[in-house]
Amino acid sequence: MPEGTLCNRQPIQTDEALKTLLSDTGGRQYYQEMQSLPVDTPLLWETIQKTCRSRIRTWLSMCARCGMCADSCFLYRINDRDPKQVPAYKIQSTLGEILRRKGRVDNAFMQMAMETAWAKCTCCNRCGLYCPHGIDMGVMFGYLRGLLYQQGFVPWELKIGAGMHRVYHAQMDVTDADFTETFAWMVEENEEDYPGLAVPVDKVGADIMYTVNAREVKHYPEDLAEAAILFHLAGENWTVPSRGWEQTSLAMFAGDWEACKIQVESVYDAMERLKPKRMVGTECGHAHRATVVEGPYWAGRKDGLPPVESIHYVEWLAEALRTGKLKINPEKRIKEPVTLQDSCNYVRNHGLKEITREIMSYIVEPGYFIDMSPNREHNYCCGGGGGFNGIGLYRKQRNKALITKRDQILSTGAKLVIAPCHNCWDAIRDLEEEYRIGIRWSFLKPLILKMVEIPEHLKPEE
Amino acid sequence: MAYTAHLKAGIRGALRSIFFWILPFGARGWRTQPLMTVLFFGFHIGAVCIPLFLAAHTMILQKALGISFASLNQTVADVMSWGVVVSAFFLALRRLVLPEVRILSGPYDYLILFLSAAPFITGLLCRYEIGDYSFFLLIHILLGEILLISIPFTRLSHILLFFLSRAQLGMDFGIKRGGMKGKGLNW
Repeated sequence: MPEGTLCNRQPIQTDEALKTLLSDTGGRQYYQEMQSLPVDTPLLWETIQKTCRSRIRTWLSMCARCGMCADSCFLYRINDRDPKQVPAYKIQSTLGEILRRKGRVDNAFMQMAMETAWAKCTCCNRCGLYCPHGIDMGVMFGYLRGLLYQQGFVPWELKIGAGMHRVYHAQMDVTDADFTETFAWMVEENEEDYPGLAVPVDKVGADIMYTVNAREVKHYPEDLAEAAILFHLAGENWTVPSRGWEQTSLAMFAGDWEACKIQVESVYDAMERLKPKRMVGTECGHAHRATVVEGPYWAGRKDGLPPVESIHYVEWLAEALRTGKLKINPEKRIKEPVTLQDSCNYVRNHGLKEITREIMSYIVEPGYFIDMSPNREHNYCCGGGGGFNGIGLYRKQRNKALITKRDQILSTGAKLVIAPCHNCWDAIRDLEEEYRIGIRWSFLKPLILKMVEIPEHLKPEE
Repeated sequence: MAYTAHLKAGIRGALRSIFFWILPFGARGWRTQPLMTVLFFGFHIGAVCIPLFLAAHTMILQKALGISFASLNQTVADVMSWGVVVSAFFLALRRLVLPEVRILSGPYDYLILFLSAAPFITGLLCRYEIGDYSFFLLIHILLGEILLISIPFTRLSHILLFFLSRAQLGMDFGIKRGGMKGKGLNW
């Protein structure tokens, strides 16, 4: 059987191929072709021998099969405690089985593994905190996704997403010109209210190089304006790169290791070129994970760190509020029950658990902030992480997964949910649309903008 | 992992990762599953201490090699040994009864559990001199030897690998995943 014209082992490399795949609405032909996509078993086994290191092999063989990971998995809990949703079972029956069979698996197996890797795991890594042996199944699912991607067994949207990074160096078809023009346009829109507001592009040696999520450019340009205004009010010496401005990585969700490297290197190149003191990324979880946590390893950096110190937006914001660069009008602090979503990608997986709560202490009237339970590094995934939000094929499973977060929010009694992460923000919006529990959700930037004091010298002349 | 670049953060992460999981109820995972925690420690405390510190065992070492270890008080040793056997029974029962554990369990898992508990069962038979003492002593020694020999070739290798794997994940979180930001992971 030959490979399909849309569903095959080749990554998307050109704009034309991207457009062709995009025009296959919902991936109908793509998934049809997947039914007869052959598995290149020699390639699969060869790849495993080259890339499957001793850590994963040891994890798979030492697993005591104790089942203590079961309760840690929100997908197990929400799916009526289906034993087939136990993390250890999910990884043993997919990656474990591929290793035991030395790669000799068939099409049906690969489709089952695809569903397991993308619809039964969001790579939230919570199970890693509950395994006595310290086995992190999220890490292994990340690896399995790479094997599946290489064989062409990857959800349609993520094949496109990874292709976008290869063609545009962004998760969407947003060009470098689109980015700088949109940013400039947004600044223009606001300069009457904020005299002197500007977006410095490619300024060498700035204190801050700001990177974003391409969908802010395409769908939420006001986010760019808010970022510019807050940097402006804080008196920051900042810049954006005209190339290497995209911090996200759908390639990471897709398991396209090569595209991961291409994408993150474009950001690191911008750092090398502009030599900023620090990079600040937008309110996104997986973008931070990709560029700051995993990226250095993809790029082969020996110290495991990006070329310049790179921080999440919440770190910058906490610092600006702490040092008084941004001042909050106490009258305008949030005076309603409010809760906070901990993003797996920078809270569990990058330790930023206290910094967001510090921000809450500045912007919420005492007594109104209510934590979810569990929280911080033990928080549950929003329900849409790891690419789950974007996959049409698994929409039903995703909607069910949202119930965990819905119930966590409901039991706080909060009407406002602060979600400083694009994925979480989407998931919480979708859960409101799906289940109508009467909540609002927000990034930090628009909230801060409503309560920040504008220094006298930056006020517009009457 | 950038182990050498961030050695201190790595060691700190590794030690925390081992410490909180070796401490009964030290990790959130232990606290959320108290019954399993009691069985786990009931089994492992005896499984580690009895072979090394039972008076009958330290005497052998003393005679053979001249090394003398402090030995356990007989009552403590009895409690620990019974702890192993009773916990092993309930761990096996847990495998059979809980669907989330049953799906993960195969003959190998029961074999390992039996292999680990057998020297303790026969040890107790000797302790209370039930049946033919010298026969059960022989079986006890034989089963003990089988257990020791099988460590490197079976999942019993976790005696060592537990520490290595815990240390590795601890270093992962300690170096790469946030250990250098704030207080470190709350296991």
